[in-house]
Amino acid sequence: MTVTAAFFYLFATITIASGFMVIASRNPVQSVLFLILAFVNAAGLFLMMGAEFLAMILVIVYVGAVAVLFLFVVMMLDVDFAALRQGFLQYLPIGGLIGVILLLELILVVGTYTIDPGLVRSPAVPIPAADVMTNTEALGQVLYTRYFYFFQAAGLILLVAMIGAIVLTLRERVGVRRQDISKQNARTQETAVEVRKVPFRQGI
Amino acid sequence: MDFGDIVLAVAIMLGKSLLMLVALLIFIAYALYADRKVWAAVQLRRGPNVVGPWGLFQSFADLLKFVLKEPVIPAPANKGMFLLAPLVMCTLSLAAWAVIPLNAGWAIADINVGILYIFAISSLGVYGVIMGGWASNSKYPFLGALRSAAQMVSYEVSIGFVIVTVLMCAGTLNLSAIVESQNTRLGILGWYWLPLFPMFVVFFISAMAETNRPPFDLPEAESELVAGYMVEYSSTPYLLFMLGEYVAIMTMCALGTILFLGGWLSPIPFAPFTWIPGVIWFVLKASFLFFLIAMVKALVPRYRYDQLMRLGWKVFLPLSLAMVIVVAAVLMVTGNAPGVR
Repeated sequence: MTVTAAFFYLFATITIASGFMVIASRNPVQSVLFLILAFVNAAGLFLMMGAEFLAMILVIVYVGAVAVLFLFVVMMLDVDFAALRQGFLQYLPIGGLIGVILLLELILVVGTYTIDPGLVRSPAVPIPAADVMTNTEALGQVLYTRYFYFFQAAGLILLVAMIGAIVLTLRERVGVRRQDISKQNARTQETAVEVRKVPFRQGI
Repeated sequence: MDFGDIVLAVAIMLGKSLLMLVALLIFIAYALYADRKVWAAVQLRRGPNVVGPWGLFQSFADLLKFVLKEPVIPAPANKGMFLLAPLVMCTLSLAAWAVIPLNAGWAIADINVGILYIFAISSLGVYGVIMGGWASNSKYPFLGALRSAAQMVSYEVSIGFVIVTVLMCAGTLNLSAIVESQNTRLGILGWYWLPLFPMFVVFFISAMAETNRPPFDLPEAESELVAGYMVEYSSTPYLLFMLGEYVAIMTMCALGTILFLGGWLSPIPFAPFTWIPGVIWFVLKASFLFFLIAMVKALVPRYRYDQLMRLGWKVFLPLSLAMVIVVAAVLMVTGNAPGVR
């Protein structure tokens, strides 16, 4: 029990500290790296709750893909730190106001948060014991049966977002010679090379 | 559980990990030697043949050389991150071996989501490369790191779908259970390489791209980028990068063995062959995959970067996605889908 508690406090402390460092650190690349540290420790917290599938998916999706792209973009930005810090005092009041509003909203939401008693008494889908079914299997059983339409809708939203991103960044450039692999592979000696008899001292 | 039990459990875990680490590192040393020998043989050279009989101690001589040299940290480099990057690379690639079962019940941690764990850890390997390339604060390492980031993220996608097809056949995420699900009376013909042969090929090629092996070693293409993200590294940090890379390659070989070549199972499923310990079969199969990867390095010219991206996104992604649907449909129609009631 003490070991579990020790690990919980370790993960929780590092998560919060690195979350703070994300906004506190001057260098954006370091911010992203602290974000990654926060993700990994959050995955550790998930693991301690027995949500092993969620923990692994968090690492694969957020750390392995999303944060890589963040880092990719941030590394290529040419950030001028002096310019970044210039208007700090000027923007402090409005930024602080927004922060206070968000904090109040969070307090309102968390303060009135209760679990529906009906949900606790008779869950729509009975929660199987850990030794009967693994975490992943149990998730799959409800995700692809009971919540199938929600799952499909989430997939559709992601698809639309992806198509949107492609449409927004796609631009037709003129004069670009595209490489067509099938066309290249279809070339034969007959279509590509012409053998000519060149008359001496005349050329073609 | 009192304090003594906890100490004992931790001690046993440490002992297992140490044993695995030492065995793995010695194996890597000879894999490196074999890699160079295969490469040399293809090119009609002799390869390493001076240190020890037939050059067998070459890798250890290299190790000593790397450790004893002076580590140089470039003045404009971000020092902390510069030294952290090789550590991240090496630690992460070694961490994957915690879940790999070398024999029935021989994994250090036989966790339920073993395959996801390996996938997660191998997708983190890119951070060592990016951090190293960025912290060097130099042009070639930076270009190498950017190439590597794009490349590893692209090929992860197809590796993920390949893993999904195997998982659909096996019906579990546990690595030992995946091997057991290939344990049929057919022996070598019952392993997943035969029914999922296109996926095996996709996995093999993607594994090489994921670990920056030739012909996909664009991040360290010596003719363009000198040594890519490793340009500024010397001595022990370089050694850690190199080691991390080879451990990642061995992880991919082990993963291929588990997913497609039946792990520790004997290829011929009756008496004299099943007496051979499973770990020997496992090492033989992994070595076979490593030999194939070494041959590819010797035989195939390097890809161009746009060809690499085309192969990943326009060939492997649609192919593996289609195979996921085809395999799922076949399993459902024939009624062989595991776990479906």
